[in-house]
Amino acid sequence: MEAVIIVDNVTKTYPYYGYITAGFKNFLFNLPKAIHHTRKRFTVLKNISFEVYRGECFGVIGRNGAGKSTLLGLAAGVLKPDTGQVIVKGRISPLLELGSGFHPELTGRENIVLNGVLLGMTRKEIFKKMDEVIEFAELGEFIDQPIRTYSSGMVTRLGFSVVAHLDPEILLVDEVLAVGDINFQKKCMDKIAGFRKNRVTILLVSHSLAQVQKLCDRAMWIEEHEIKAIGKSREVCNAYQMA
Amino acid sequence: MRFLSRDFSYYRDLILVLTAKEIKVKYKNSILGYVWSILNPLSMAVVFYFAFKFVMKISVENFALFLVLGLFPWQWFSNSVSSSSTVFLGNSSLIKKVNFPRYFIPLATVFNDAFHYIVSLPVIFGFVLFYNITPTFSWAYGIPLLVLSQFFITYGCALATSSINLFFRDLEKLVMIALNIFFYLTPIIYDISLVPEEFKDYFLLNPFFGIIEGWHNLFLKGYIDWPLYFISLFQSLTIFAVGFLIFKKLSWKFAEVL
Repeated sequence: MEAVIIVDNVTKTYPYYGYITAGFKNFLFNLPKAIHHTRKRFTVLKNISFEVYRGECFGVIGRNGAGKSTLLGLAAGVLKPDTGQVIVKGRISPLLELGSGFHPELTGRENIVLNGVLLGMTRKEIFKKMDEVIEFAELGEFIDQPIRTYSSGMVTRLGFSVVAHLDPEILLVDEVLAVGDINFQKKCMDKIAGFRKNRVTILLVSHSLAQVQKLCDRAMWIEEHEIKAIGKSREVCNAYQMA
Repeated sequence: MRFLSRDFSYYRDLILVLTAKEIKVKYKNSILGYVWSILNPLSMAVVFYFAFKFVMKISVENFALFLVLGLFPWQWFSNSVSSSSTVFLGNSSLIKKVNFPRYFIPLATVFNDAFHYIVSLPVIFGFVLFYNITPTFSWAYGIPLLVLSQFFITYGCALATSSINLFFRDLEKLVMIALNIFFYLTPIIYDISLVPEEFKDYFLLNPFFGIIEGWHNLFLKGYIDWPLYFISLFQSLTIFAVGFLIFKKLSWKFAEVL
């Protein structure tokens, strides 16, 4: 089996940015404390090693603040590990939160192009897929209206539809799989089943054990910034529930 | 080779779509988008004209044209720099998840304001006609050259403020103060000839001085002061390089700090 995401002995720490992001004024007035705090770092992930293979769906579970989202950030290449390395082979497509990357004043169609280029496609590639994206999102005539007139369900459908038609190689999913009403949720699930058939790799971070058990082949449980268990998703989920 | 050309068309499309977004949004918010973008510097021109010409009675030749020539490019610079301080914050959900080249976001802001400056050039030409100034051939290369120099200084400042403001989030307030100071330290509303001799040399240290003087010279006198142009171009490129280095140094931490 070919590994497409290799996380090798990764440790990730953050400094305390609180004193900095509160601004120059706050930083200078609390200078000794601020420098002290900014030098201290807290660990988010410690000695994490795992591999995700081509075509598998890999779930990550764990409590809030365990470091799950940081893991996705590392895989997406927006964060750098302190030590160890992350190797990703293939194009990464993150499934975004509700409507991020959309602009409310632009029409649905314009937003498809905007989101498409932000996710790594050229305009030509986007125009080729345009009809499919619109059809899948079930927006009808709203597609030429500004997004601010959409219901939140419509925005979500459009967002999912863009990513689903990107031809992803590796899909990063953070809690946003079940979108829209029951019918659309079913369509999403069908689409994801289709991805699995086409050997698209999925890295799924979720609080829903049911979703992880249903979709994922393997899963990893992160507890207190370290790997607590890794293996068949059913077994890992069971162990997590027992704890 | 094929991959290279795909990269090229991707980057081209990214900047095109991001810039088009900014421009469209500006015009969609009001049908009068174009009018708004020229009304602000024009109204300032009217106020300064009144204050200096009639109240303080300072005489500068072709004063209305003189004001317009300085205020329009200044608006490009100051709008880009002030609005870029929050552009990364405003796109935080994308920055945390998607690994696209981040420096394209402030670049789109700068291009957007550059676009507005260029489409407001006809207004400046209107003033030129009104003052019976004959266009010269130097305009043909002078305008692009000055736009280029101004682009680098603007983009450099935009990169620095947008990057640093993610960390020290009160920077935008300091930027507004700095812009205000530089507005009055640059000969936009007064002519450099009115400045006492002992201060004149210090004006050369202001990187925006050469650009504003460039616009004045080009449209009022029809020539480019080459030594001054190259000094300002050198300053602009230096600021751009510093801005880009700051961005480069900090960009890996954007997703951490958001």
